[in-house]
This record gives sequence, structure tokens and C-alpha cells, in this order.
Amino acid sequence: MAPSKKSSVKQSEGGNSEISYKKRINTKTELLLQSRRHANDIFDVLEYLQSEKEKEVIFAINACQKIFCALLERGDLYVGQLPSEEEMVEGDRDADEKYHIFIRHRYSNCVELLLDNIGHEVFQVKEAALTALMKFAAAEGQHPLQKLEFSNHYNFPLELILVIVRCLLSGTEDMALLISRFQEFLEMDDVRYYVMSSIRDTITRVMDRNKRAVMPVFQNNVFTLLTNITIPSQSAEINNFLIRQEGKSPLLFTFEQTWLTFLKYKLPGNMYKKVLVILHDSILPHMNDPTLMIDFLSAAYSVGGAVSLLALNGLFVLIHQHNLDYPDFYKKLYNLLDPSVFHVKYRARFFHLANIFLSSSHLPVYLVAAFVKRLSRLALTAPPTGLLIVLPFICNLIRRHPSCRVLIHRPSAADELCNDPYVMDEEDPAKCHALESSLWELKTLQSHYHPDVAKAAKAVNQPLPGLEDDLSKLLELTTFELMERDLKSQSLAVPLEFDPAGGLLKSAKEVLGVHFSLE
Amino acid sequence: MRCKLFSSMDASLAKILLSPTTCTGSRGGWLNNAFEVKINRKKFDVLGRKSKHDVGLPGVSRSKAINKRKDTLLKEFRLKNKANKFVDRRFGEYDTKMAPEDKILQRFALERQRTQAKKDIYNLNEEEELTHYGQSLAEIEKLTDMVDSDSDSDEKGLLSAELTASNFGGGGGLLRKKRPGENDEDESQKHKSRQELIEELILKSKQEKRERQSQKEEAQELTEKLDQEWKSIQNLLVHKTPKAERMEEPEKPKLDDYDVMVRELGFEMKAQPSEKLKTPEELAKEERERLQKLEADRLKRMLGDVEENATQKQSHLSADDLNDGFILDNDDRKTLSYKDGKWNSDGGEEEGQEGEEGTGGEEEEDDEDGEDDGSGVDDEDDEEEEDEGEGGHSDLDSDQASGAEDEEEEENDEGEEEAAKAKPALSEEERKAMQEAAKAELPYTFAAPESFSDLKALLDGHSAEKQRLIVERIQKCNHPSLAAGNKAKLEKLFGFLLEYVGELAMRTPPELATVNIFIPQVYALCQLFPAAAHKVMQSLLGDSAHSMEESIEVKGRAAFPGLDMMIYLKIVALLFPTSDFRHPVTTPAFVYISQALTKCPVTSLESLSAGLVLCSLAVEFVSLSQRFVPELINFLLGLLHMAVPADTCTGTYLLVPPFKQQGKASKLLLLSDAEASNSWSRKAIPLTSVHRVTASTDLEKDHYRLSVLHTCLDLVKRCTLLYRQLPSYVQIFQPVRTLLAKHLPVQSYPSSLQELHREILEAIPETPSKHAPLVFEKKKPIPLKLLEPKIVLDYGKKRGNTKEERERERLKHKYKKEFKGALRELRKDTRFLAQAKLSDIMSRDAERKRKVKELYGSLATQEGEWKALRMKKRK
Repeated sequence: MAPSKKSSVKQSEGGNSEISYKKRINTKTELLLQSRRHANDIFDVLEYLQSEKEKEVIFAINACQKIFCALLERGDLYVGQLPSEEEMVEGDRDADEKYHIFIRHRYSNCVELLLDNIGHEVFQVKEAALTALMKFAAAEGQHPLQKLEFSNHYNFPLELILVIVRCLLSGTEDMALLISRFQEFLEMDDVRYYVMSSIRDTITRVMDRNKRAVMPVFQNNVFTLLTNITIPSQSAEINNFLIRQEGKSPLLFTFEQTWLTFLKYKLPGNMYKKVLVILHDSILPHMNDPTLMIDFLSAAYSVGGAVSLLALNGLFVLIHQHNLDYPDFYKKLYNLLDPSVFHVKYRARFFHLANIFLSSSHLPVYLVAAFVKRLSRLALTAPPTGLLIVLPFICNLIRRHPSCRVLIHRPSAADELCNDPYVMDEEDPAKCHALESSLWELKTLQSHYHPDVAKAAKAVNQPLPGLEDDLSKLLELTTFELMERDLKSQSLAVPLEFDPAGGLLKSAKEVLGVHFSLE
Repeated sequence: MRCKLFSSMDASLAKILLSPTTCTGSRGGWLNNAFEVKINRKKFDVLGRKSKHDVGLPGVSRSKAINKRKDTLLKEFRLKNKANKFVDRRFGEYDTKMAPEDKILQRFALERQRTQAKKDIYNLNEEEELTHYGQSLAEIEKLTDMVDSDSDSDEKGLLSAELTASNFGGGGGLLRKKRPGENDEDESQKHKSRQELIEELILKSKQEKRERQSQKEEAQELTEKLDQEWKSIQNLLVHKTPKAERMEEPEKPKLDDYDVMVRELGFEMKAQPSEKLKTPEELAKEERERLQKLEADRLKRMLGDVEENATQKQSHLSADDLNDGFILDNDDRKTLSYKDGKWNSDGGEEEGQEGEEGTGGEEEEDDEDGEDDGSGVDDEDDEEEEDEGEGGHSDLDSDQASGAEDEEEEENDEGEEEAAKAKPALSEEERKAMQEAAKAELPYTFAAPESFSDLKALLDGHSAEKQRLIVERIQKCNHPSLAAGNKAKLEKLFGFLLEYVGELAMRTPPELATVNIFIPQVYALCQLFPAAAHKVMQSLLGDSAHSMEESIEVKGRAAFPGLDMMIYLKIVALLFPTSDFRHPVTTPAFVYISQALTKCPVTSLESLSAGLVLCSLAVEFVSLSQRFVPELINFLLGLLHMAVPADTCTGTYLLVPPFKQQGKASKLLLLSDAEASNSWSRKAIPLTSVHRVTASTDLEKDHYRLSVLHTCLDLVKRCTLLYRQLPSYVQIFQPVRTLLAKHLPVQSYPSSLQELHREILEAIPETPSKHAPLVFEKKKPIPLKLLEPKIVLDYGKKRGNTKEERERERLKHKYKKEFKGALRELRKDTRFLAQAKLSDIMSRDAERKRKVKELYGSLATQEGEWKALRMKKRK
């Protein structure tokens, strides 16, 4: 019965115009829902799911969603352990039951096809498939397909969610767009909960299978999905479950566990940065026990470079709020200082934190002096925006620790010429002899080309005034803003060059023309 | 006797009082009363000083003044509002000295005389002679005919005696014969108002005057005619020429050539004295002085605000200062002042500003004057050239234009002249050819372009030299002195020109030669309109920096700016001083270069070139001011790192972003074949390599790499020279030194590179130099507040040292005195008049009272008489 129908569909498919597929699917859907007699039409609809034309696929997905949601509501699907189709024929069952089993099989076929479609190239198809699957999940939740052994058992289409999550966390494709679409379902607390546990499962499974190697795409997908899970600020709000349940909210626990699982494995370099950027803001506050992050943060801190800079933020929260004792924290911080701190994107954050770390008045003088000297040495390679931060920063440090004033004012040895005793390569701030040095670097920067920088550097020529400079405005200063200051200032008289210009490469102080020619 | 009388008084008074009495007896009257004398007491007796004013006679002078007023002011007052006055012309009427009886006698005698002196002795009738204005009317009657119609009298507006006589009163009417018809006229005239009468009179007199004139002309014509006729007859009569004609001939001698010449020379315009021509040495000296001044200005600007802070004056504190920061005598207090007769409502500050503005304005004016002068010359040139049939070149830019161009100009001019000479002898064909040539030739006037596309349309399709000519002509046709809106047009032209330059640079292949030709024009326009130029430059820099910033925000890095921006940056260096501490254009340009050097990764041979161009520009920018550019050193280090072969260098020196220790591009400068250095010869890298490196084979690429390395090393060398003075010189160049000394494969490089390499290593010492530790700048100890009075040294200075000043002061003083005196007199006058009025009223009242009393009295007597009569009757 079925094959003949299939063939007829195929024949008609070739002949009919493209628009007619809508009509056909619509009629089929109606017939299916009207009576069980047309149950075999489902094959035709499923056929369309594999079509090559995306419009047809989308339309078919919508149709499937409609059909199966209706059928689920009617209870037309077989409940319980599903016998295979061969068994169905063999066993002595009445027609009703057979029909149920048949539909149930078609349902699982449909789910499989939809999961395939999540991997489709076209986003619209993916989106439609995802929404359809989530609709199924919702319907299944209402009309569970498993037999309930306990009356109070919480039923949630766990398996369905698991497969969806697995699909989302593809190891080969960046699913960022689809995940952002998926976010709308993550508003629901229970979906969030089960998605998190599914993620945990998936991570363990996938990572173990891959022998703990780094999987950039997969981990990226996981990260995107995880960042899309937002935890409401108050746990009292977490009662928006699709299915109500008494008792404690396991949400925070799962959240914590999921993150820990994710961070347990080795991450690619940029993933570290991404995680660290949001860590203090959206992860740590929702953890039951933030100290569990210590391992991860210490590991990140010792990576070096920008990652270490970012780990500072998390560490700061732990040290500050959770009483973490981090050995050699300042030594490590000192070693973090290298020319790149002035060039990385997180410069503002770093200096903000460094400012906080060094604000304690209980720090030993040698340490502060070491920081000051190192920063001023590094300032010799910094761009003007960095210099505009670091120069007031240095001045502030000297103000806070008046014993460091010898760095800019040492009248006792004013006439003795000496080499710079500071050892740049020494890793221990206690041994770098910073206190015996002077900030000649700032003297050098007084002849910096940018007038603001030169002015800021000239501050050390005089005794520093009592009030600290406000860094907050300077931290976010961009080069363009710096430029605009001069561009927008209304100056009346504009001095002009008095040497007349005879040609492009013919000026009195020509350098460009020496090496380059007009060609 | 008198002396004794006054002996009790003090000596001086006695003396004073004594002297007039002894001298003039007539003035003795006032002395009788010592109370009329006012003695001005002297404080000090100065020996030998004569003073006029030690004794005053207030009573005397007052009475004198009153008498004088009576004679003058009172009379005027009495005659006020009175048009007519009665003059009594009787004999001796106003002679006060004459006794009345004498007067009467005299008058009678005169009367008698007149009657006695009769002309006509035979006329027995005692004829009474009628007079007008004391003249006999009969006489006047006779003279009327004699009154000549002199134009003089007419012009004065005098009316003829006849007219006056007939129209005004006087005795004329009596003598005139009245016609019967005239009576009516007179009657009608009576009704006319006085105004109409006068008008009529004027009309009549004018008419008469015209008639007289015509009569005179006729008479003259007639006499002339008569003369001529007489002459013709005279010729017949006598053959001698009349004397008068003979006399005329020698009066008009023939004009001598010499005289003509002399007169012509006299009238010829004299040459205006001009400034003397300067010798080349003087010119050179002036130019040097100008440059020195400009250089001094530049240095001042380079040092920036440093000076301002150093020179803070301690303001004076008065002894009464409470040291609370409150200053009473603030300079900003507004003072009432007058300026050019107007009330100057603004305070001193504004005046200061005005002053500044004024000076600024003057400068501008000066500038403009200069321009105008220049333009004047240009205009003349233009005209001349246009007369010749050619035009174009002028010497506006002769200072800027190179000598070669000048020569060209001359050649052109010569050519034009030749053409002009050859013109007359042209055949038809040649003429046609010339017409075609003229069509191909550029027009001489161009409208200023309104938009960039306009300019592009004008310039497209012409050769570089012609494009320059077009721009030059646009500039000249729209010189600001020619029309009001031209300034704005040329300002726009600057913007369009820059845009066009940018476009030329971005073409494939870039037309940099054309750009080069435009530079003098751009420079000249910039000098004319600095404000507009800096706006345009700023917006160009801002736009480019903005797009770079956006790309950095999105990607964290940016591509190197295009060749157009490099050209713009180079133009910035040509137009504006890069050594200024802060400059609205060059400071942003610095930041722009820095941004490009820190954010643009070097990934290709092209970007190598771009980076090097920026580095060269940076070196050029700081070559005078020797300012420190960290990005420059970082970038050069990064470039040199690309030439280091193995990864041995890790850790010995640190690279700064955008460079990485390892990576795809980190070996970009590595020679593929060491043999290439043998065939390499140093030559300049074309600027176009910023967009595309032409090298295709490995050898060419290696040569290119060597050129880049050479430039790189040279720039490092220049930097070492620039920054030698910096305290952290060694620390700055330490990484470069390590790289050059230990890692760079110098052996495989050509000898010139090795030479450079060696020089750099020599320039950077291995061990850091010694420095004194930092100390604060020694501040001058703040002096204790000096609470002593302010001493103005020239306080007692006498004013009016010069003659003019003294004269001025004197006149001022005199004026003041006179003014006061006049005021006093006027007051006295009014007082006097008021008194006179009052006395008038009083006397009038008294008179009236008297009369009333009289009336009453008479009535009383009447009544009394009447009563007495009645009593009598009753009795």
C-alpha cells in the first residue's frame, strides 16, 4: 500500500509546478489529522524533509511540527518501551496499538530527520528544525512517551533535549547564530537546567572520546551556549519551570558544575581570554563556591601575557571577597609587566586593577619602587595613550608611598654621576635595586613628541602636589580621541612653515626623499 | 600828613595805599573810604616781586561794571524786540555837552543859512526843498538817467532808485507824475500783501535787468559794426597801417624750439622717488634677518609653554594688604573714559583686546597690502602678456618656483615675442594653423571650481605642466583683491586641490610627478589662507584616523594607510612647522603616524615600504625638535627582527606589538639568496611600492629587501644621532644594539650596509652612560611678603618738559581761566538784567500807584469842593 502511494507522489512531483507542493503538503496534513486511514501519507511528508529545495524543507518541517504536536496531544503515539517494527507485525496486537506504534516510529524518524536538518547549510532550515524540535519537547513534556513508574516523577523529554544539545554543540561547525536563536528557550528555567546537564554530559563524552585534545570549534560552541545561559540575579526568581516542582533549585549547582566541567579541559588560547573576560562578571557571582575556580585562575595566571592580565580580575575577586591567599602574587604581577601591557586591548582593565592592588599603604617600599621603575622603563616603548595612563599612575604611586620619592628626588647624591643600578631582567622585585635608581626614563619622556605626554612627564620636575590624579578618565582614552582634542581645539593663529616648498621631496630637512623616489 | 594818618596800619598796606594817592589825584575818591578797599593778604613777602593784585577795589570795579552794562546791555535790552528805532537827526541832538539853549540857537542859525544860500537868487518864492535821505529829491530825479545799469549793483541785489522811489515811501511819490490809469493799479496793489509786493518787485527788477543787458549788447554790436566800417573806410583814407596793429606783431614772436622743449619738460611728470635699489648683500642680509627671526619664533614655539610657567611675576603688595587675596585696586575695574568724543563704556581689558585685535588686524592688513602689491604687479604683467597675445606665467610664485621654471618662463616669453614679431608676415595657411593651435591652447581665464568634480573636469586630460598652469590661472583670476567672494573660492580651491592630490596618489599607477608639480601651488595657497588650510588638513587627518580607528575597534588592527595619506603627511611637513610644541595640524599628524606604526601589522613587502615611509616621515618631523618617538624605535626594531634568520633571538630583546617574535611575517626580510647582495646597488625605493612592489623574481625581491634594510639602518642611525642627548639613550637602543650585534647576519650584506651597521654599533655604547640622580628643579625660595610702600620713582616728575607741552599747558590754563571768567560775566549779566527788570516793574507800579493816588486826590478835592459848595448853599 505504502510503496504505491510513494511512487504516485514521485510521479506527480516531477510534473507539478513548484508552488503546488504547498497545497499538496497542506492537503496531506489535513487528511492525516482527519482520519487514521491516511496514516501512510506521513511518508510523503517525511520525504519532503529530505528535499533539496530549502523552501520545501521548511514547509515540510512546519507541517511535521503541526502533525506530530496534534498527534501527541491526541495520545496517538505509543507510550512505553517501543517495540521494533518487525515485532509490531509479529506480536498479536490490535490495530489501534499497531497504529500507535507505527506513528511512534514515524515520530522518531521525523526527529532524526530534523536533527539532520539542524546541520543543514541554510540558516532558515536550521532555525525551523530547531523550533520544531523544541515544540516536540514541549508537547512531549505534556504527554510523556515513557510510562510513569512513580506518580510524582518529574517528566521532561530529557533524551530529546540531549540530542538537540549534541547537535548544537557540533564539533565541526560554528553554531553561534543558532545558539543565539536557542537563547529564547533558555529563558525557561527547566530548559536551562536540562540543557546544562546535557552540556555537561556532552562535554565529558566528546572530550574523553577525543582524548582531551583541544577542539576549538566544539569548545567555542560550548562557550557560546554557556554564555547564553543567564542566571537570574535572585534565586527566588527561579520558579519559572515548565513543569512545577517542589524543593531546592538545582540550577546553581548545575551551573557551577557545568562551568567546572568545561574549564577542566585544556582550552585554546583565545578561549581562555573569552572566559576570563566574563568570568568575574557572569560566572563567579552565581557560583555556590567560587573558590573552586582557584585552580583554573592560577593556571590561567601562569599562562603569561594577556591571559594572565585577564586572570587578574578573577583572582582579585577571590582575594578580595573570598579570602584567597595567593603566594607571590605581587612578584607575579611584577613579572607580568612587559612592553605588551601598553598595547593589549585590556590595558584599561589591567591598569584599573593594578591601581587597586597597589593602593594598599602596607606594601613594602622596595616593591612599589620596583613597580614604578619597571613601569617607567616600559614606558619608553609605549604609545601616547598608554603613556598618558602610566605617567599619572607612576606619580600616584609615588604620592601614596612618599618613601619612593627618592626615585624622582635624591638631593643627597645630586652631584654624583652613576649608572642605573636597576636590573631589568631580575624577576624578584626585592633584588632589582629599584630604590637606588632614579626615573631617568621620565626625564627622557619629557621630550616626547606629544605635548600632553611631555607635560605629564614634567610633573616630576617639581614636588608632586598632594592630590592624586584621576585615572578613570584616562583609562579609556583612545588614540582617536587624543587626536580629536587637537583637531577640535579652536586656535586662532596657525603658524606656518616659512621654508618655501619647491617639491614633494625637496625640503630642508628631507629624510623621505633620501630613501624614496617619486615613481 | 597822610602818612601819619596811616601809620598805625601795617607797612605794606600803607605803601600800597600811599602810592596811588601820590601818583594820581583823580582817583583819590575811593581812598577816602578805607572800607572800600579789599586787601589780599600775602602769606610770604617775596623780595623784589611785584604784584598787581594785592589791593582790590570791589566797590569801584562793581560800579564800573554796572555802568558799562548800563551802556551796553541795558540798551540792548531796551531795544530788544524793537525793529525800528527813532533817530533824531536834528543838529546836536545827541551831543550832551551842548547846552540846550545853544542847540536851539545853532539850529535856528542853520535854518537861516539854508534859506539864505539860495541857488536861484532871482527866485523870490521861498521854495521848500524836499529831501530823501538828506538828499534833495530834485537832484535824485536828475541822476536817475545817469544810474548805469551796472551789473555790480544788480548782483548785489540793490534795486534801482527809480523802483525804490516808486514803490517805497519817501518823497518820491510826490514828484512822480501820476497817470490816470495808475490809480486803479495802486488800489489793487493796496490789497496785495507785503510778500506779494516784494515778489513782484523782484520780478520787475529782473525783467528790467534783462532788458538792459540786451540793450547793452545791441549797443556793443552797433559800436563794433561801426568800428569795422570805419576801418574799411580808413584803409581807403590813409595807406598807413594803424599803429595798434603794428604794435601787435612783435608781441608774438615765433616760439623757439628750445622754449617748447623747456616748457614741455616743465610739465612732464616728475619721477616719483622710490626706495633705493638694494645691493645683493643687503638683500641677503635682510633675508637672513627675516629667517633668523622666523627661526627664533619657531624655537620659542618648540619649547612650548615652558617659558610661560617660568616667568611668573610677583605682584606688588601694599603695606595695607591684609594678605587675604582681596585686591581693591583691581585692574578690571571699569573706568569712565572718552575716546574720540564718544563715551567708552568698556573697561581697560577690552581695550587691551582691541589693541591686540587691532595689531592683528594691522598685520593682516599689512599682509594683504603685500599681497595687493604683488597682485598689482601680476595684473600688470597679465595685461602686458595678454596684449602680446600670450599670457599665463607671472612671477607671483617666483620665489617658490625653482630656477628652472624661471628659465622656462623666459624662454616662453622670448618665443612669444618672436611670434609677435613674425605675426604681420603670415600667410593664410599659417593663420589657420595658428587658430587651431589657439584652440588647443588653454584659455586664460578659469572660473574657480565649485566642487571637486569641477576641478577634476578642468584638470583631466591635460599634461602635468598644463595642469599646473590651469591651477595657477585659476588662482590668479580669482585673486582675493579682485572680487569679494574670491577668498572663499580660493579657500575651497585649496581643499579641492588636496583632494585631487590624494586622488592622483591613489591612481594606478600613482601620478606622483603631477603631485610634485602642484606642491608650490599648495604651499602658496596655504600661505595665503592658513586658517582654511589647517581646517582642510585637519579634516583629512581626522577622517583617515577615524576609519583606521573603526577598523581597529572591529579587528584590533588596521591596514597601513594608502599612499594618499603618506603624501598628505608629507605635505603637512612641508606646510606646517613640525617642531612646534603643540600645533593644531602637526600634533594630530604625529598621533596619526604613531597610531599607524603601532596598530598596522607588517605582513607583506608593500607594508614594509609603507611602514618605512611613515618612519622616514617621523624622523623628518622630529629632525629639528629632536623629540622622542618611541613607536619609531619599536617599529625599526621590529623590521630589523624580520631580517634575523633563526629563532635564536627569543628572550634577548622584546618586541612590541604589532610585531611578533614568530609568525608568518617574521622572516619577511630574510634574504633568499646571500649572493644577491653582490649585485645590489643602492638606489631609492619608489614610493609606489607602498601599493605594489614590482619585484617579481627572487633576486629582485632580495634587492628590494636590501634596500629596505639599508633604509632601516640609515633611519636607526639618524635616530641615534637625534636621541644622543636623552638620559635613557642606551636603554632605548639596547634592544636594537643586541639585535644588530648578535643576531643580524651582517656578513651576507653588501659593504655599505656593513658600514652602516658598524657606525650604529659605535654610536650606541654597550654600557650605559652615567647620570646624576634626579632632583627637583631648584625653586627660587619664595621671598617674604614685602610690606613696604610702593615707591613710584617718577612721581615728582614735572610735566611739560618740552616746549610744545609747556605751550599746551599754558593754553589749557588760559582757556580754563577765560571760560570761568566768561561764565562769571554771563552770570553777572543775567543778574543785572533781572535787576533792571525788577526795577522797571517797581517803577511802573510806583507810577501807577502815584497816578491812582492822584486820581483819588483829585476826586477827593472835587468831592470836598462839592461838599463845601453844598454846605455853602445850605448856609
